[in-house]
Amino acid sequence: MTDDTQQAEAKAGAEARRDAERSDDAEALAGLSTAPVDEEDGPRGGEGAGDGAAGAGSFGGRREPGARGALAWLGRECAGWARWFWRQLTSMRVALILLFLLALASIPGSMIPQDNVNAPLAEDFRERNPALSEFYETFQLFNVYSSVWFSAIYLLLFISLIGCIVPRAWQFVGQLRARPPRAPRRLSRMPAYTTWRTDAAPDDVLAAAQRRLRRRRFRADLREDGPGGAHVAAEKGYLREAGNLVFHLALVVMLVAFAAGRLWYSEGGKLVVQGEGFSNTLTQYDDFESGTLFDVNELEPFGFRLDEFHSDFSRESVDLGTPTLFRADVTWWDQEGAERAAEIEVNDPLHVGDSRVRLLGHGYAPVVTVTDAQGELAFHGPVPFLPQDTALTSTGVIKVSTYTGPDGEPDQLGFQGFFNPTYNIDAERGPHSTFPEPDLPVLTLNAFHGDLGVNSGLPQNVYQLDTSDMEQLRDEETGDLFRFNLVPGQSVELPEGMGTLTFDRLEQWASFQITTKAGNEWALASSLAAVVGLAGSLLLQRRRVWVRAFTGDDGHTVVEMASLGRTESAKVPEELADLAERLQPDAPLVPDEAAGTPAGTADTADTAETADTAETAEAAVDTAADTEEPAESAAAEGARP
Amino acid sequence: MILAAGEELADLSNTLVYSAMAVYAIAFLAFVAEWILGGRSKVARTAAALTGEGGEAAAVPAQAVPGVVVTKGGTTSVLERPKVVTRSGAPGRDDVPDGPGASGGDVRGDTYGRIAVSLTVLAFLLHLGAVVVRAVSVERGPWGNMYEFSTAFSMTVTGAFLAFLAARRNVRWLGLPLVTTVLLDLGLAVTVLYTESAQLVPALDSIWMWIHVPLAIVCGGLFYVGAISSGLFLLRDRHEAKGAAGEEAKGWSASVLERLPSSVSLDKFAYRINAAVFPVWTFTIIAGAIWAENAWGRYWGWDPKEVWAFITWVAYAAYLHARATAGWKGRKAAYLAIVGFVCFLINYYGVNIFFDSLHSYGGV
Ligand code: HEM
Repeated sequence: MTDDTQQAEAKAGAEARRDAERSDDAEALAGLSTAPVDEEDGPRGGEGAGDGAAGAGSFGGRREPGARGALAWLGRECAGWARWFWRQLTSMRVALILLFLLALASIPGSMIPQDNVNAPLAEDFRERNPALSEFYETFQLFNVYSSVWFSAIYLLLFISLIGCIVPRAWQFVGQLRARPPRAPRRLSRMPAYTTWRTDAAPDDVLAAAQRRLRRRRFRADLREDGPGGAHVAAEKGYLREAGNLVFHLALVVMLVAFAAGRLWYSEGGKLVVQGEGFSNTLTQYDDFESGTLFDVNELEPFGFRLDEFHSDFSRESVDLGTPTLFRADVTWWDQEGAERAAEIEVNDPLHVGDSRVRLLGHGYAPVVTVTDAQGELAFHGPVPFLPQDTALTSTGVIKVSTYTGPDGEPDQLGFQGFFNPTYNIDAERGPHSTFPEPDLPVLTLNAFHGDLGVNSGLPQNVYQLDTSDMEQLRDEETGDLFRFNLVPGQSVELPEGMGTLTFDRLEQWASFQITTKAGNEWALASSLAAVVGLAGSLLLQRRRVWVRAFTGDDGHTVVEMASLGRTESAKVPEELADLAERLQPDAPLVPDEAAGTPAGTADTADTAETADTAETAEAAVDTAADTEEPAESAAAEGARP
Repeated sequence: MILAAGEELADLSNTLVYSAMAVYAIAFLAFVAEWILGGRSKVARTAAALTGEGGEAAAVPAQAVPGVVVTKGGTTSVLERPKVVTRSGAPGRDDVPDGPGASGGDVRGDTYGRIAVSLTVLAFLLHLGAVVVRAVSVERGPWGNMYEFSTAFSMTVTGAFLAFLAARRNVRWLGLPLVTTVLLDLGLAVTVLYTESAQLVPALDSIWMWIHVPLAIVCGGLFYVGAISSGLFLLRDRHEAKGAAGEEAKGWSASVLERLPSSVSLDKFAYRINAAVFPVWTFTIIAGAIWAENAWGRYWGWDPKEVWAFITWVAYAAYLHARATAGWKGRKAAYLAIVGFVCFLINYYGVNIFFDSLHSYGGV
């Protein structure tokens, strides 16, 4: 035998030993996480190996001649590819890529105005950029979050999630039933390890270890099998995995709740003047929309009256006009009719059954009386004016549809203009308000007569005056357009004896949003479950501890302890040290007579053992070194589609 | 409403912010001195190469458990051993000890480092005082506009740093980058972002204001510490890779990198912070959603602020996934962590300033 062959044989021997150790270690590690097997870089050569190979979908194989052969081949291929595709989809790598895509896909929606987030802004954008808008329209960029491509990404992600979670849940249940895995042969190869010699009998040490581990709420199992003989195998921290499963399942529930919220919802707005009421039927709404599956006959039967609206604004110079209080005092009643009082504030909606009544906005409604040319009452009531800015410069219209003119013929009147709670006028802005409270309330109007168009059958906006069939009144003397300012209590004579308009007093109005939405409770419950699960998953450690005791060469009992954790925590070795210390009373340390070495190197007394461990340590480094290459390339291959 | 007394208090708060900035500036100089003196120290260089213990001191003091020693395979990162290390360069990296810290063992450098930390403590107290006085002066949580948000944000950054130090973590190396950014952040706050506005609009006046916003600030501060560690990890990792490839690294940057903790420690530090903050961030978003449900009638409406909070969340989820996925650990994961923090910043500055959002209460 030449030196070369000898060396080669020695090398082969070493290889075989390393292989055995590797699979031993892999077994110890197995199932510590139920993460997909092909993602673990640990167990190699096992079932995991095939999974990474690119193009594993094709079974290849012989294709028998004839139609049946082709069919069989086709079926085999389809099944193979389907399986390959599923495996890819449910792999961690693809989940990662989909997460990445989801984040990327969310970005455009924050930059381009969205139809269902800020419709007026989106409309404005379309008008200003027609060409670009067409392009955006094609790619659904005004509706990113309901677009086909965005939906595709999150649906794939959730399919992947389910495909990933369900098998893991099964596996986890299996683990809960099974015993903790047996110890690897060389405990010294585990990340945390300790050993000492004692005079206690091995069986007693193991029994004590099991007892103590159980007291620390480990699942501890006394085992006789395994490559290294009798030992205690223990595991703790199953809640970590449970937390992870809860988190991912909660995400699925959350998505379902979100979808339910889009299919079964109703949302309507109603402006209510102080003293007036609302009852929850479709016809009473100013505007209303609902989800595809929502039945409008199912609207909660209830109603409310706005008794009083309170608002308050800061008069400090730095935040002049900043609101400090909005509160609507309402009386509401349900089907039975019992009346109850409630306060609705901006962050504090009224809940009636599944419906919620939320305070949205407020403004002023001048109460106006119009008499016609005959001196008859033509109109009386509050007219809501809509705020245009934070100082409540408001615009509005008054429509008088039953009116008799000076000639005794029926006519119609329309008024259009401003209401300013604190009146001011300048050349630049015209009449406007400088403060939202009615310090100097002034109603400024232009007057028209003619056809309001209310009978034309076309839907009319109550806040806009269609003056196309109307004529503006002019001052009799000057011939200028007729325009007047009124403070509460004042009246004005319309030109040519057309009647009078009186600004009686001022009321406030508040607008409310009345909504119902399915799945809110589910969304809340699942999101809180997600947080709890996540905390468990990220903050708990799952770890295994093994204790082995056997009679050593010198007649003393050798105790070995090792632990292995799933995550990178310094706590795992610390815990092992603590456990070892607690085991001391049951397995008192026998001092090393061999050398006066400090405790730290006590285990080096056994020279054979030392050589051995040193060698393993070296071997470990160099296995890691020479497996580095293949592992990297396997990973790279797996990444390829 | 700000009363006259309130205005005086607001002025006092501003004075405190300026004082804090002055002290931070001196602390900054002291940190710089520590790094410079540490770089001169020959001892430091060799110590970095030779110290066997670094951050890997045995987990158990020998006295506590007579005769029992926990030996660890290379590092505390428990899975490293039986698994093949696919992290970055050579697996031998696991045995690379942590650097000796900024002072590099130089006595004078160390003194400056201690001075810098003491000054940072002082600056932090002033900073804390400023935030508290501001809260008293405006009679609400001191996080109603971007100025206040920024001040509170940098306060949590310093607070986190000092808390780590108090917990005897080896984090003094973080001092210089953190104090630098705290100074920049405060500078921005007092110049560009300053607002006197005291009043909150009713929509912001809610119990959730006391939950959602402070949590967001704390998450931001800690994510920032995580992002810095990830950034330094990337630099140190490349440095170590060069070292492993036998390249002799010289010069100023090599001297700095040598004194940092090892890439493995940096990576782990960043991971622990991000992993611990992620559930809190998740809860922050949920708290915001509950608030939105009360204030606007929908818990989620894809408003730009919400979108970017979501993107940030997904980016960190991707980071955590990457750490559990072969071939994505190490550098790629670190990039994801940094991307996550950039998303947080975009959400904070970008959305308030550039986007049309319901949340544009920024007051800039
Ligand atoms: C909606 C998207 C998802 C989010 C937000 C998400 C988030 C998370 C988070 C935060 C963790 C904790 C990481 C850790 O324990 O270190 C985690 C772990 C995990 N996720 Fe996901 N995930 C998502 C989808 C998926 C999918 C589609 C899969 C399946 C391929 C998956 C499989 C896993 C696994 C196996 C773990 C555990 C890793 C370990 O044991 O360390 N996740 N996920």
